[in-house]
Amino acid sequence: MSALADTQPLSGTSLRGFLHGLPGVDQVGAEARAAMLASRSIKTTAKAWALDTAISMIDLTTLEGQDTPGKVRALCAKAKRPDPADPTAPQVAAVCVYPDLAHVAAAELAGSGIHVASVATAFPSGRTSVDVKLADARFAIAAGADEVDMVIDRGAFLAGDYQLVFDEIAAVREVVADSAALSGSAGRARLKVILETGELVTLDNVRRASWLAMLAGADFIKTSTGKVTPAATLPVTLVMLEAARDFRESHGRQVGVKPAGGIRTAKDAIRYLVLVNETAGEDWLDPRWFRLGASSLLNDLLMQRTKLATGRYSGPDYFTLD
Amino acid sequence: MARFEYAPAPESRAIVSLRESYGLFIGGEFVSTIDGRTFKTISPATEEVLAEVTEAGPADVDRAVAAARQAYELTWSGLPPKERGKYLYRIARIVQERSRELAVLESLDNGKPIRESRDVDIPLVAAHFFYHAGWADKLEYAGYGPAPRPLGVAGQVIPWNFPLLMLAWKIAPALACGNTVVLKPAETTPLTALTFAEICQQADLPPGVVNIVTGAGEAGRALVEHPDVDKVAFTGSTEVGKQIARACATGPRKKVTLELGGKAANIVFEDAPVDQAVEGIVNGIFFNQGHVCCAGSRLLVQESVYQEVLASLQRRLATLRLGDPLDKNTDVGAINSAVQLAKIRELSDVGEAEGAQRWSPPCELPVKGFWFPPTVFTGVSQAHRIAREEIFGPVLSVLTFRTPGEAVEKANNTPYGLSAGVWTDKGSRILWMASRLRAGVVWANTFNKFDPTSPFGGYKESGYGREGGRQGLEAYLDV
Repeated sequence: MSALADTQPLSGTSLRGFLHGLPGVDQVGAEARAAMLASRSIKTTAKAWALDTAISMIDLTTLEGQDTPGKVRALCAKAKRPDPADPTAPQVAAVCVYPDLAHVAAAELAGSGIHVASVATAFPSGRTSVDVKLADARFAIAAGADEVDMVIDRGAFLAGDYQLVFDEIAAVREVVADSAALSGSAGRARLKVILETGELVTLDNVRRASWLAMLAGADFIKTSTGKVTPAATLPVTLVMLEAARDFRESHGRQVGVKPAGGIRTAKDAIRYLVLVNETAGEDWLDPRWFRLGASSLLNDLLMQRTKLATGRYSGPDYFTLD
Repeated sequence: MARFEYAPAPESRAIVSLRESYGLFIGGEFVSTIDGRTFKTISPATEEVLAEVTEAGPADVDRAVAAARQAYELTWSGLPPKERGKYLYRIARIVQERSRELAVLESLDNGKPIRESRDVDIPLVAAHFFYHAGWADKLEYAGYGPAPRPLGVAGQVIPWNFPLLMLAWKIAPALACGNTVVLKPAETTPLTALTFAEICQQADLPPGVVNIVTGAGEAGRALVEHPDVDKVAFTGSTEVGKQIARACATGPRKKVTLELGGKAANIVFEDAPVDQAVEGIVNGIFFNQGHVCCAGSRLLVQESVYQEVLASLQRRLATLRLGDPLDKNTDVGAINSAVQLAKIRELSDVGEAEGAQRWSPPCELPVKGFWFPPTVFTGVSQAHRIAREEIFGPVLSVLTFRTPGEAVEKANNTPYGLSAGVWTDKGSRILWMASRLRAGVVWANTFNKFDPTSPFGGYKESGYGREGGRQGLEAYLDV
């Protein structure tokens, strides 16, 4: 209840008025700013710090129809010890799976400090009834997920039905608030709200959806499911970081940001960290407040990490597949 | 200590090979001075001496103009236009090939961040040569009659803020139109112009088509007052521009274009995209340390969003990285000279004395070299000197307005008229403002964007004539 208190004054037409009253985003300018920050040159000690920080921010993800308990167990092993040859490589932040495999991840990761993230609410399209969506979220939490990655109803958002989107997020937020009772764990799960920015298209929409999700109680705002192209981009993440920064300024609550999908190289990951550093600021440079949803990214980070330490590149076969 | 401290990322100087001393580039080769002296050019970031350069005397200038005249009569004016175009294309390509070297040299000699010389200055230099190369054999379609003729010998004097880019703005259209050139770079930034002389040799440009005479005000005066110069092009201060206009008015008939100072208004309306407007404000006044004649040095903010915009701006300025111009992460470099630094300091002190509030982000200045922190003055009124005089440094004066009409009045209330910026989400307001602002360039939701296809120049005491685009050709044609 207290967490929702800061969301109270807005509903219906006032919600619409608020979202449409947010300052616009000039796309050309936002893209230019993101491109300028992407030209930062991160070398030596800064690079070493950035590579390790990026690893510690990864939500190591597998979201395929062909996922099996075996695949998830392998991923969890990788999450705990990303580089078998180098125990100094940090653990990732979380493992992200579908709800029916959350129990496998929870069992594997117990006691490791790595979070179990599960997508929910009819991921990736979100096209089902509210009851099913809520049941999906409850199921994930009961199976041991302590982070829920929900999708918003993009159709409703694009149709201008902001209230419906808000109510759904708030309802999932209620489920998450009850997570201690559902799972028997201490503390509540955290809610990540996926905006699927590739379907919202304009940066004005990205800013509005970010505010909508934060007002409705999101702990994190996340760019994409990874199932839609484009997924995460630097300009979209820039706008979301600005929104999180401004939301904390006006509402006093810090919300995390998670770009997901399409981030494959260490160079990409470092660009995101620069973006965080110079937009939201260093308070967000922490796995608690910034995550990278990715799978193949981890191996490139490990490879660059080894290169930085040894001065040599080793082939991809020296890094494990999962 | 910051959580994410960027390690130094300096661009290597190894790519630049400087000679110990440079002569004058006349008639296709470097020659010794007849009646001049030598002086040293230094790096403003470290005060290190980079090279010894010649200060041309009147006899040197005379010789350079004679070489240009001879090249004009004997080769350049008789060349088929498409051959002129080929030379310009060749120069453009060599500039691209040597872009890293030119960028490093520009940052060394001028003090500007390598990010700007690498990503803005040098690419635009190449773009200007490419663009004008295309015009060389199409001048009859430029709208100046069926066979527009060149003027002859152009005497060109350029400033130190964009040394090689200003050279390109001057030389590319002059050559495309069939003129020959004597160019004098600024005394504090001669090195890229001298390297450009080498590029002319590399491109096999006929001797005398481009002549570079280094020196200070005296050499510049000898050049613009030279009786055999047909065309004078000057970019620099309004004070010197007026002297040149006077000199050329009493002398033989010369075609003159002047691109002078500015005190541009950057106007932010309440419906502006705030985050991008803040970027535009930063880019408007802190780009190139504010050493930009079209800099957005007066910020006009609508009162209803004043607090919000100012807070965002101050937060953003705290992330600016000031320091080594050759570091790839530097945003703000060194002030170009001790003289300019003294001027910036003086006017900033006047701003404080007149009652404006001065603010700078926490920012450590290097001990050696010439440095000035990004500075914002609030509580500025139209009557303050910092709202009227060109500071030519990283100093922003913030004023407010209530209505669009008031914004126009305040923006136009200056003897200058080079540029202006308008920030609003309302397209109709952009057009309404643009038709009322007396400025040569009006940027909408952006600032300090340059392109060779776009004419650039001033109203009022910001000068006359245009550079770039079809319109810019007129300055070098007998029309």
